[in-house]
Amino acid sequence: MSFLTIENLSAFVGPAPILRDVSLTVTAGEVRGLVGESGAGKSMIGKAVLGTLPPAVRVASGRIVLEGEDLLAMRPRDRRRVIGARAALIPQDPLTALNPSRRVGPQITNRLVDILGWTRHDAQVRALELLDEVHIPEPERVMRAYPHELSGGMRQRILIASAFAAEPRLIIADEPTTALDVTVQKQILRLIREMQARHGTALLFVTHDLGVVSKICQSLTVLYGGKVLEDTRVGDFFAGPTHPYSAALLAATPKYTDPDASLTPVPEAVIDGVRAEIEAFDRMHGHV
Amino acid sequence: MSDTPIYDIENLRLSFPDMAHKPLLGPAPRVEILKGISLRIPRGDVVGIVGGSGSGKSTLGRAMVRLIEPDSGAIRFEGQDITHLGEDALRPLRRRFQMIFQDPMSSLNPRRTVGAIIAGPLKLQGFDRVSGRVDQALDHVGLPRVFRKRYPHELSGGQRQRVGIARAIATEPDFILADEIVSGLDVSSQAQVLNLLEQLVRELGLTLAFISHDLSVIRRLCRHTVVLHRGEVVEYSETQALFDAPQAAYTRELLDAIPLPDLDQVWV
Repeated sequence: MSFLTIENLSAFVGPAPILRDVSLTVTAGEVRGLVGESGAGKSMIGKAVLGTLPPAVRVASGRIVLEGEDLLAMRPRDRRRVIGARAALIPQDPLTALNPSRRVGPQITNRLVDILGWTRHDAQVRALELLDEVHIPEPERVMRAYPHELSGGMRQRILIASAFAAEPRLIIADEPTTALDVTVQKQILRLIREMQARHGTALLFVTHDLGVVSKICQSLTVLYGGKVLEDTRVGDFFAGPTHPYSAALLAATPKYTDPDASLTPVPEAVIDGVRAEIEAFDRMHGHV
Repeated sequence: MSDTPIYDIENLRLSFPDMAHKPLLGPAPRVEILKGISLRIPRGDVVGIVGGSGSGKSTLGRAMVRLIEPDSGAIRFEGQDITHLGEDALRPLRRRFQMIFQDPMSSLNPRRTVGAIIAGPLKLQGFDRVSGRVDQALDHVGLPRVFRKRYPHELSGGQRQRVGIARAIATEPDFILADEIVSGLDVSSQAQVLNLLEQLVRELGLTLAFISHDLSVIRRLCRHTVVLHRGEVVEYSETQALFDAPQAAYTRELLDAIPLPDLDQVWV
């Protein structure tokens, strides 16, 4: 049973396509990686699901179905209610995602109170529980702290707690560890996996790092220019990617255990091949 | 002369005022960032400087090219003590040590063309044939000469970083400091920029210090590696040896934290 199904989603900025006929599913308890270089459209897919696309982006066609509810067919008000109750985001930069002039506590509890109608007391209890679950020592003290008083890893833990607060069925993690040190990254990945397994949440994990994908995802979608190039199981991918671009991306990923084999830039011929594929697609759909 | 290391750093200490804890009246307390760093970099070497955030790696780099002045200790560049030199005395030396910055979007002036950006240090240093040297620098980094007329926003991230490299090599320096120059790039552009650096080190006989938090990148590029942790050198050895048998506990922790692109899900 899939929690999230995206079917033939196409989106444009002006006349330029930024998502081209994207389809993917995330099933119950699954972690799916969304991989690509900058400009591949991976963050846009997350934003489309959460209804936070920039105003310039126009969704032209396709369906986004979250637990049987067709999001794009709903009135904006209903859509916000469904998304607010069932989906959540772990953002990339924990510093900009938290309001610097407000204490941490209310930033976790307000969403529960304002959007989900919890009592302030229940929200408070839940927040303390969650901070404990994400291994934050002295949760009461942290609730009263301002974001700048906490380290980057600590702030990301708070955002993870906040994302899981209302027991969402789907979480979109948008490069949640890119801004962190490798040692902190490992702790945070471990935490995300632990929380995801405990709560049975489906996770769409946006990242450019194939190393991270190999550690945390069960399936992955490789994107280029807003088009899906490969949709596969992680085991199959690392055994041998089927699309030449995926293979080239894997070869370009540094690997300290094998310094000579790594760091081959994606060859021009491969990029040309992908561009040709995309042009052919655009011609077929009359986007040229 | 050839035995003199290009950099000889001895017991370097550096602190910044801690403005977050400044009392209303009186000076702010100081936080020590570098706690007695000693380091020799031989001519022609490629040295990686790694560490987590707050380890002092960027501060060390900035002190080496004297963008900031240390509190105490000594930095000798080709035998000359530059620890406390004033800007006038430093200017002729600046031609010989250059820096490439992390974020090309903020280190390249958005209102100047690529040609003017690369020509900047050349003019400041009183070079002749500036135009020819700009072309030469562009050739070296593999950018077409027509890029002289372009502005930074018209370039991709990888191309912008090449402009930063071209500006650094234009004055024919002996030493270049590269501070996290590939961490903002996609893996493919990252591979291209690293290959370019490798080639330039070979062709121009550069000495390079490469600051990074990414040990995979260091492994590929650097002959020696310095590991910094909380303002102190915890390990300084040949890169190969460091990866084969890391000595410091912190180095092992760093290595262990890298997510390798393979199927070992026990890792997390």
